[in-house]
Amino acid sequence: MYDGWKIILGLVVFVVIVTLPFTMSVGKTYVEPKPSIDTPEIQKMEKKQCIEPKQYMREMHIKLLYSWKDYATREGKRLYVASDGKTYTISLQNTCLKCHSNKEKFCDECHNYVNVKPYCWDCHIEPKVGGLK
Amino acid sequence: MITRRDFLKIAAFSSLLGLGGAFTINALEKEPGQKVLKDIKALKGKRWAMVIDTRKFKTQEDFEKVIRACHKAHNVPEIANPLHEVKWIWTDDYEHSFAGTAEEYISTEVKERKFLLLCNHCDNAPCVRVCPVKATFKRPDGITMQDMHRCIGCKFCMAGCPYGARNYNFLPPRDYIKELNPEYPTRTIGVVEKCTFCNERIDRGLLPYCVEASEGKIIFGDLYDPNSEIRKVLSENIVIRRKVELGTQPMVFYII
Repeated sequence: MYDGWKIILGLVVFVVIVTLPFTMSVGKTYVEPKPSIDTPEIQKMEKKQCIEPKQYMREMHIKLLYSWKDYATREGKRLYVASDGKTYTISLQNTCLKCHSNKEKFCDECHNYVNVKPYCWDCHIEPKVGGLK
Repeated sequence: MITRRDFLKIAAFSSLLGLGGAFTINALEKEPGQKVLKDIKALKGKRWAMVIDTRKFKTQEDFEKVIRACHKAHNVPEIANPLHEVKWIWTDDYEHSFAGTAEEYISTEVKERKFLLLCNHCDNAPCVRVCPVKATFKRPDGITMQDMHRCIGCKFCMAGCPYGARNYNFLPPRDYIKELNPEYPTRTIGVVEKCTFCNERIDRGLLPYCVEASEGKIIFGDLYDPNSEIRKVLSENIVIRRKVELGTQPMVFYII
């Protein structure tokens, strides 16, 4: 093999760079994000369920919010009938955050963990900590 | 070697697959059982319009009550510097309100009157035509609506609007709102905003804030409904509109 050491060195550098995300997190403790649903409004509920089942909300909430935004502002459709037949007003600020008044412990918990920064809160008003609105 | 016949077959089949793909994407949008509806209480109209009875606005307080009701509810920032100010509804004098058509020899009483100005929700709105991202659009009921989620802040609409109804947020608006209304969003720096004819209230069956606060001095209704109150008012009074010569078909009428 001509220039074998160059090839091997190159391969070593490549492998080190590729595995960097894994090697850098070695020794760090894994902290699982735990979004809290402990708000006065949710405590009052008999059956603690969001507008749709938990798993659906976990996977699809951003899709749901995106379509809500279009239905309300562009089509003037402001009522959402969930799969269980219950009707909700389409509003992030007045429907979602009425129950989830703990944005920091609920929304931010996972968003910070996966490093996504939704810009909803540039305009929509988040509730004050420690109480509704 | 692929024959011409086989090639066409493959091409036709793959385009069919593509069509199928489009259907699947649409089907994924909503889960079974979910529906999105209009509120049955929503006001129904084909072309919303407004008549402002300028004879009835006498004191400064009459104007301020209306302006305050709108600006407070919609979290409109109060910025003193006219270069950066944001307004949804405001006042101006006769000459500037009706520039170009203001009669010179009209009574001094009219010349000294103040006029409430707001977005005219033009039938042929130039702001809608120039918006490159369709953030500003016409609703089927005639409201010139702006989707703040889409606005890129290019200011084309500000150049297009002949009425000065649009303002750009040069400064972070939240710093200039004294008391936030927690039920309505604010805007962010870098977007344009204007009056939306309170479409969020119309969709819930309520009249716009300014109409409510004016206590009968502003009439709001469906221009295309011959039996509506607004048509009655329009048929009984002589009205003028702002800059009709531009062909924008403004939907705000002024009784002089």
